[in-house]
Amino acid sequence: MRTSDRIVLSPQEIRTRRIFSALGRSFLLAVTAVAALAVLIIIFFIARDAVPFFREYNLRDFLFTNAWYPSHQPAQFGAKAIFVGSLIVTLTSVIIAVPVGILAAVCLSDMVSFNIRQLLKPVIELLAAIPSVVWGFFALVVMAPFLQDVLGVESGANALNASVILAIMALPTIVSVSEDALQAAGRELREGSYALGATRAETLIKVVLPAAMSGIFSAALLGIMRAVGETMVVWMASGNATQIPRPFYNLLQPVRTLTATIAGDMGEADQMTGSAHYHVLFAMGLSLLLFSFLCNMAGEWIVRRQRKRLRGM
Amino acid sequence: MKYTVMAVLVALGCLSVSAQTKLSLDGSTTVGPIAKAFAEYYMRQNPGVVITVSESGSGNGAKALLNGTCDIANLSRDLKKEERAAMESKGVHPIQHIVAHDALPLIVHPSNKVKNLTLDQVRDIYTGKITNWREVGGPELNIVIISRDTNSGTYETFKELVLGKEAKICATAEYVGSNGAIRQRVQTTRGAIGYAGLGFVDSSVKALSINGIEATMETAQDKSYPISRDLFMFTNGNPASDSLIAKFIGLSETEKGCEIVSEIGFVPVKKK
Repeated sequence: MRTSDRIVLSPQEIRTRRIFSALGRSFLLAVTAVAALAVLIIIFFIARDAVPFFREYNLRDFLFTNAWYPSHQPAQFGAKAIFVGSLIVTLTSVIIAVPVGILAAVCLSDMVSFNIRQLLKPVIELLAAIPSVVWGFFALVVMAPFLQDVLGVESGANALNASVILAIMALPTIVSVSEDALQAAGRELREGSYALGATRAETLIKVVLPAAMSGIFSAALLGIMRAVGETMVVWMASGNATQIPRPFYNLLQPVRTLTATIAGDMGEADQMTGSAHYHVLFAMGLSLLLFSFLCNMAGEWIVRRQRKRLRGM
Repeated sequence: MKYTVMAVLVALGCLSVSAQTKLSLDGSTTVGPIAKAFAEYYMRQNPGVVITVSESGSGNGAKALLNGTCDIANLSRDLKKEERAAMESKGVHPIQHIVAHDALPLIVHPSNKVKNLTLDQVRDIYTGKITNWREVGGPELNIVIISRDTNSGTYETFKELVLGKEAKICATAEYVGSNGAIRQRVQTTRGAIGYAGLGFVDSSVKALSINGIEATMETAQDKSYPISRDLFMFTNGNPASDSLIAKFIGLSETEKGCEIVSEIGFVPVKKK
């Protein structure tokens, strides 16, 4: 008679089963822990290499002054223009990508027929598969001359160029995730709304969009993260001039971002010179990490609040 | 006894020669094309030898030699004191080999009327004192300053030969990651000024003469062109004369090697 056919188990069998169950559980826990641990380790190592910079230099000078001459003697590390550059490029790309992405998602999920959606969605998602260096090349060879020749801009490698390309790169994420959220809102909800006499537009704006809001918000957040962290494109398209545009909303001037600075300066500022230039890049990395972290936290909080409110409805 | 030692040495020598069929180079994007052309030629002549050439910038090349991840580091500038010290402390003994000469022409958009600048004018443009082409006899047009990234040997050379120790490149200057990207930006931007290795300048951009001297092979070789420099390969220790490394670097002094260097647009070293 096999064990599984019996109802009563011997104490020894119970023990073995418990051991296996415990093993299985701890294995799964360990696997999950690896991901969490990786993040912690990264934070630890970045922070460790960032700390020496703050010991040598003033945090206020780093954040609020404007002279970025890391390889000059003596070196100056005023990164204000770089922080502002990151902010400008990210905000602009978000302002472009989020509305367009959400509208495209609405169109895909509620406007076009099933067949067209099946065709369009993979095409949009294919955008995400294009390597960022290809986008950068496009920015340099197509976008920059276009901006100069057609719009008469002085230099085509500027904040607008980088933002537009970043926006296009963030689109597939935003479209795809919001479309899933809109789909998840369900047919019942829509039909219920129609049954109450609501028009299609009313249903979309007052019922479906609010119901899918938390998903759409996550989508936007993922898009923002993509834009903040993207390196290659901004390195190639933004011009990398360490200046705050005048006036600050002038998108047609070149700017420099945190990611591009890290990528561009890393090779020169390596451990063998043991310099502040090396550590300042880690300080920038840490700033980026903190920013993403805060974004994530805020996102989590808003999504949770949204869900609570929806449940209350 | 003596013979045994010699035999062992010979055996070891053979072993090291026959064992090394792979060579990896890393470093400057300026020296890269020379190294690649040499590698192509060498591998065609010696089937079975595999030579890989990466182009990650002079700074990264020195780093790779320090960490032992490449056999030859290509640099478009000399090693810095700190780099040399870091290498010595790690037991790496960098030996310098000059493989070619280069000049850094200042390039502008083909439509630009300006033909010549003085070295001082170039410095004033890059430090932001001169902001309009009108000030140097050109059209009424704002100057768009383009520079290589601070990680490149080309930048280091430019800074050293043009700006000097004190001057700083002004904040409005744009930075790009390669010689090709500089040419691309200059050939499409009307007000642009940039600099690149002699080998990267073609008819799509206009090269200016500096202090009245054009950047050519000859003016680079006799160093009369104000912004000219040597191009280096660095090895860890002096390579044995029959080693793959020595043969590879030795190419630069052969007839064929000089031909290759000139073909790419650099200036060959004097033949042996």
